[in-house]
Amino acid sequence: MRYIRPLSIEDAVGELAKAVGPAAILAGGSDLLVRMKGGFIEPELIVDIKRIGGLSDVTETADGFRIGAAVPCAVLGENKALKQAWPGVVEAANLIGSKQVQGRCTITGNLCNASPAADSVPALVAAAAKAVVAGPSGKRTIAVETVPTGPGRTSLAKGEIIEAILLDKRPEHAGDAYLRFIPRTEMDIAVVSAGVNLTLDDKGAIKTARVALGAAAPTVLLVEEAGQVLVGSKLDEATLERLAKICSGACRPIDDKRGTIEFRRKVAGVLAQRAAAIAYKRAGGK
Amino acid sequence: MNFDPRFSGRQFASVGTRPIRPDGVDKVTGRARYGADFNMAGQLVGRVLRSPHAHAVIKKIDTSKAEKLAGVKAVITAKDLPDLTDGDAAMYDILDNCMARKKALYDGHAVAAVAAIDARIAREALKLIEVEYEVLPHVTDVDEAAHHHAPLINDQIFTEGLEEKPAKPSNVTKRTQFGHGDVHAGFAKADFIVERSFKTEQTHQGYIEPHACVASVNPDGTADLWVCTQGHFVYRQHCAQLLGLEASKLRVTSSEIGGGFGGKTHVWAEPVALALSRKAGRPVKLVMTRDEVFRASGPTSATSIDVKIGASKDGTITAAEATLRYSCGPYAGSWAEIGAMTAFACYKLENVKTVGYEVLVNRPKTAAYRAPSAPMAAFAVESAVDELAHELGMDAVDFRIKNAAQEGTRASYGPVYGPIGIGPTLEAVKHHPHMKAPLKANQGRGMACGFWFNFGGQTCTDLNIGMDGSVSLAVGTVDVGGSRASLSLVAAEELGIDYSHVKAIVADTSSLGYNDMTDGSRGTFSSSMATISAARNAIKILKDRAAQMWDIPVDDVVWEKGHAIAKGEKYGNLSPLSLKDIAAKSGTTGGPIAGHSELVADGAGVSFATHICDIEVDPETGATRVIRYTVVQDAGKAVHPTYVEGQYQGGAAQGIGWALNEEYIYGKDGRLQNAGFLDYRIPVCSDLPMIDTQILEIPNPNHPYGVRGVGETSIVPPLAAIANAVSNAVGVRMTHIPMSPPRILAALDAEREG
Repeated sequence: MRYIRPLSIEDAVGELAKAVGPAAILAGGSDLLVRMKGGFIEPELIVDIKRIGGLSDVTETADGFRIGAAVPCAVLGENKALKQAWPGVVEAANLIGSKQVQGRCTITGNLCNASPAADSVPALVAAAAKAVVAGPSGKRTIAVETVPTGPGRTSLAKGEIIEAILLDKRPEHAGDAYLRFIPRTEMDIAVVSAGVNLTLDDKGAIKTARVALGAAAPTVLLVEEAGQVLVGSKLDEATLERLAKICSGACRPIDDKRGTIEFRRKVAGVLAQRAAAIAYKRAGGK
Repeated sequence: MNFDPRFSGRQFASVGTRPIRPDGVDKVTGRARYGADFNMAGQLVGRVLRSPHAHAVIKKIDTSKAEKLAGVKAVITAKDLPDLTDGDAAMYDILDNCMARKKALYDGHAVAAVAAIDARIAREALKLIEVEYEVLPHVTDVDEAAHHHAPLINDQIFTEGLEEKPAKPSNVTKRTQFGHGDVHAGFAKADFIVERSFKTEQTHQGYIEPHACVASVNPDGTADLWVCTQGHFVYRQHCAQLLGLEASKLRVTSSEIGGGFGGKTHVWAEPVALALSRKAGRPVKLVMTRDEVFRASGPTSATSIDVKIGASKDGTITAAEATLRYSCGPYAGSWAEIGAMTAFACYKLENVKTVGYEVLVNRPKTAAYRAPSAPMAAFAVESAVDELAHELGMDAVDFRIKNAAQEGTRASYGPVYGPIGIGPTLEAVKHHPHMKAPLKANQGRGMACGFWFNFGGQTCTDLNIGMDGSVSLAVGTVDVGGSRASLSLVAAEELGIDYSHVKAIVADTSSLGYNDMTDGSRGTFSSSMATISAARNAIKILKDRAAQMWDIPVDDVVWEKGHAIAKGEKYGNLSPLSLKDIAAKSGTTGGPIAGHSELVADGAGVSFATHICDIEVDPETGATRVIRYTVVQDAGKAVHPTYVEGQYQGGAAQGIGWALNEEYIYGKDGRLQNAGFLDYRIPVCSDLPMIDTQILEIPNPNHPYGVRGVGETSIVPPLAAIANAVSNAVGVRMTHIPMSPPRILAALDAEREG
């Protein structure tokens, strides 16, 4: 096994592109090292991206926020501006693992691990976050929901690295929220989860809405119909009921050690309702 | 030995105080040496190859490629552990469990092992071992396994305990029955009858420290084993027998223990490590991974239990009956038998009958888990008792008080009780402020009782007095819950000196006579009895030395508060001699001063507890939160109250995990799906409320200080107390443990849909 720590994204891309055997990107390592210790993967090349310039920074730009691929989730929780703009994304990032894990893990890693149960991903999808991908043929920016293609699989080509996640600047009257169901209070993986992102008009009615569900299908689901049903409403009971029904219906879950199909369907609806209520309140809705 | 173990009702100076434990600083600073912390020069890394199949014939094992790998020093299979058990069926099962002989009987069953110079090579070597399996149909569910169509796990087993010997083999290894009176007549007299069936899933003890040992076998037939265990003397016996060593030549040293709860009463990896060391000629360290701990060690039984209880209008139970089916893993056990004994032990019953069935399944060999078998039986019985109280319109506590066993009651499992604590714990609960605290919406309160036998057993202890007057106490019961502190308090009490002058250690198997292991809540009960006896023997010598120093007859010397006192007016001018004074002169009065004791600690007093639990249920998701929890339990005498409270809280915490989320989940392929702490969900700290405790002290007449074991009873009531609380919160009777959110939500939906 070879471990390298390049100083530029071009070097990292170059090494990954010419790698012959299995290669892995190391940021926090909270997924990679566990999988290596468990004997599930044996990479021949490990590319540590933490020394690459800019990858460990959160920067506020004219368009919003740029979160480097190596920024630990705990750092997001300490960024006041980000927390104020995107509280749902930040709370999702700070639900991953334990305090110690949060000091290592990254939202980019969470996205690229491509687990349907990843906590930060539904919040990012609801937030319409984008990923900046660097690769052998240059850079491109893609919607985060297009990254995972199945459990453990992504749309990234050989040699490609996500170098940053982009979040838009927030308008007035905007709010987001993320809720997950776990049987315990912490240190667990979502049985099912929901992220909701809303903006309101001046009268307090919902102007735009995005709803995403986690652990409800092979990838995180963007439920467009659920967003549509919210638009124009002030989250009255009938709307919330329709929201739950649409979310439950959109699920394509499985029975596994963490939960049943029936449970996931039902609780997806409940969590979408509750996350919508929180997002609505955060957006200033009454 | 003229030791009188009877309770004497003395006043205590040290016992009942709360000094800091002697092992505490090392444990919180990381200096304490656990099983994996021992190392020897030249030691090899041992690793075990495990069956991926739940049930398969091992047709062939080819180890030649692994043996040729550079750095591999030994590869073993069952052939390297020949059968020396001489017809001892239980030992044969232990041997077969350590290394599968003809068939792999569960996912995770060891089939081969390697010792190599490092972990990477050892892992590589495992991949080079070729095992040819013939996969057989398997069965993992206790009810399916008991069915006569189920795949047979062992075709040599015919159900024992039936009136006629069965013609066909069965997965049901044994039927046992307990009780007295006539249950048919009792049910005929009942005005109300509750009859229900219950299931509990399999749980693991969940000790944080995996099994770990270092084995070193020498060419001269001597051997050393450093190991994390609850009973190093028992490990010595078992390992010596399985490997054909002389017991006295195998020296076993126990490490600090990061939890055992019954799971470290059984050898798993140790005989394998010894066999590897013997073959390699070098020390071998073998540490199980968490995955291996779940797949191949530990778990308790999964159960299926039917209960029927009848009562007359005035609230008297007229008859009680239970049929209990417990899984044993693939080897015969007596788990249902224990469940059948404990099921109704809390009650005074005229007519009672319990029947236990031991059931083989393709899961790991069942091991003891804290009051083994009792929590599941209590779950079923206490759920039914609660329901019956509701039907009678009686308060659940009053109904239990009316029917509680008392001194003189003939227990459902046979013996007649002496002074016991079930009534007092119930009275304490009845008057506890917890019972009157208001509840909010979606919250419910439940309570339940629990019983455990407790055990005494063989015990050997040495007490040595140094020339500086300090005392070293060597005991043979592994300290799993603070017993070194408790036993030091007992030695200080008996000798009349300060706790700070006593240092207790757990001695190795070559330094003391045989000790049973720390199980059955016996550690402090039995070793405190032996410590008292050893101290009294030392006092005899101290008095003799004082008599010599004074040159008076020993009969005129008494021992009081740590001093020899010359009795009678004629000695008025003799100042008392302290233990320290006498010890300082010991070199010239006859040499070192010590007290020894070997005994069988009989009369472990039975133990009872009653728990109260408040729980909140989210009706939309089935999520639960324990809001408040109170344990009331009889300790006989709490030697170190902090560690007694710790035992009460620990048992309740494990019970809460079992009740709500912990379970072995098997796939259709018979493989364990959740062999790790991520998906085997023990409670984390923030899942639990502060667990309140109330210690009652109803002295055990068979112990000088009145001590009863306290370690296990606390896990018996929680399953039922929590199930009763959930049932009271949501109005649906929960009959399947764990009450995970999907199960609660499904039960609520079924109720809502009528």
